[in-house]
Amino acid sequence: MINAPVILTEGLTRHFDDIIAVDDLNLEIYPGEVLGFLGHNGAGKTTTVRLLNGVLTPTSGKAQVLGLDPSTDGAELRRRTGVLTETPSVDERLTGYENLAIFAALFNIPPAAVESRVAEVLEIFQLTDRAGDRVSEYSKGMKQKLALARAIIHQPELLFLDEPTSGLDPVITRQVHTLIRELSRDGNHTVFLCTHNLAEAQRLCDRVAVLENGRMVALGSPAELARDLWKGMRLEVETTTEAIPAAIKALTAIPDTREVVQEQGHPVISLSLNLRDQVPGVVSCLVAAGVPIFRLTPKEPTLEDIYFALHENHKEMPA
Amino acid sequence: MNWRAIKAIVQRDLLAVFRSKGVMLPLIIVPLIFMIILPGAFGLLMPVLNELPGVNTPDITLFLERLPPALLARFEGYTTDQLMIVFMLVYMFAPMFLIIPLMVASVVASDSFAGEKERKTLEALIYTPTTDLELFVGKMLSAMIPALVVSLVGFLLYGLTANIAAWPIMGRIFFPNAAWIILVLWVAPATAATGLGATVIVSSKVNSFQEANQIAGIIVLPILALVLGQISGVMYFGVLVTVLLGLVLWVAGGILLFFGVRTFRRSEILAKR
Repeated sequence: MINAPVILTEGLTRHFDDIIAVDDLNLEIYPGEVLGFLGHNGAGKTTTVRLLNGVLTPTSGKAQVLGLDPSTDGAELRRRTGVLTETPSVDERLTGYENLAIFAALFNIPPAAVESRVAEVLEIFQLTDRAGDRVSEYSKGMKQKLALARAIIHQPELLFLDEPTSGLDPVITRQVHTLIRELSRDGNHTVFLCTHNLAEAQRLCDRVAVLENGRMVALGSPAELARDLWKGMRLEVETTTEAIPAAIKALTAIPDTREVVQEQGHPVISLSLNLRDQVPGVVSCLVAAGVPIFRLTPKEPTLEDIYFALHENHKEMPA
Repeated sequence: MNWRAIKAIVQRDLLAVFRSKGVMLPLIIVPLIFMIILPGAFGLLMPVLNELPGVNTPDITLFLERLPPALLARFEGYTTDQLMIVFMLVYMFAPMFLIIPLMVASVVASDSFAGEKERKTLEALIYTPTTDLELFVGKMLSAMIPALVVSLVGFLLYGLTANIAAWPIMGRIFFPNAAWIILVLWVAPATAATGLGATVIVSSKVNSFQEANQIAGIIVLPILALVLGQISGVMYFGVLVTVLLGLVLWVAGGILLFFGVRTFRRSEILAKR
């Protein structure tokens, strides 16, 4: 049985006067999926989250989220979604406990269950000891953890996370990543992850959507995007320390090679090629220059490579 | 209407208000000055007012000449000092009392509406299942409740201070009269609603507590007009005037709140940011 999409948009568009914030967005996201929503500042990520939660109405097009129309069923929909906003938006005059207890009431958690649920999420994010302190005394990372705790306090089916690990130390970042994986693993939770952190997206996301000036320019798994969009190749060449200068000279002389750099402290050079067909030429050139080759390894492109390739392509495209 | 959600919003906003020195200071100092210090000082200093260097007792002849005979008859048998006490503490302070609900509602609403935008805490609230109307009602009550509580407490303290301080001259409990009861129960809530409505509209146009508070402060001008109206003898705070004033303020407050609730929509708030 094929599950119905959790999020389905058709031509979703939002203008602010003359500015097109989201342009003809067509998306399908399925239960249990972690979708990375990538884009630079102002690309339209936050506006999309607002449209999908019914806090903004679209200029045209439509959306269906958890089977509901955000424009008309916003309140019912938001009962089932959790949102971590770009800024933590926690009330600094209140304590951590008060922040969570009040939102537990707003999300209609039964009064008898509020205390235990708040204690549970405080424990998850290791904030129990500071629960009685005012948030103004929290560090940036603690505020971010509190905002995350608030976003999941009502156990939402669909979680929108805008830069969830921003400002967090590596230990907590790993905990957040584990939490996201655990949420998606049971198949009942879906995560919509807006991020600038491409390594994080590569690590966590089943698929990524790339947004440029409000328009989605790519959608797929990192591997699919690499296959469809990345025509070049990254190579690593291992040689001797003495042969490094000659190797760099020979490699930079080959047309269309880029980013020829030595790995720090190792007799290894990495480089990017525009086409796979150039690999034999690289080998011939190094042999002709008398460079001994101990290892030649092709490297899979990272999401970062793909993202920047897309960004460059888009810049070159006529408007 | 989800009253539990509304209660949570009120609880949240009031906790935030009580813990902010910037918001609490005017809420304590202004009532202290108008409801205790000024009436207390006037009542205590009245017997020696003429003896203080450079001080004259105000001429109340104009005021008395313009009073209706029925009211004037009530003052019969009063000494000049007693007349001065009643004139000042019963009539002249009446419009000044209205500054209290107006100021409290305006300061708390500025913090609750514009201040929340400034602190960027509104966005989290916007993503909850509460409707726009529930959010508005919660925030409206957050401003109305302290305005009415402070007004009522201020009135009780004022009555106590006025009667005690003026006891040596009056020799009896002279405060409150019927107009003051109407003022507290009918006009003060209307004044708070007017201040609140004006502040909500101003808050939708600005992005900081200070801006909202300063601009909304203009609404105190009609109250100063009431003070001047009494000084010049154009009007006095009798029962009918007080009832009518309350009616006018309820209508004004209702209109302002009607337009206020229309500006308080998630989509509008976010589209303007």
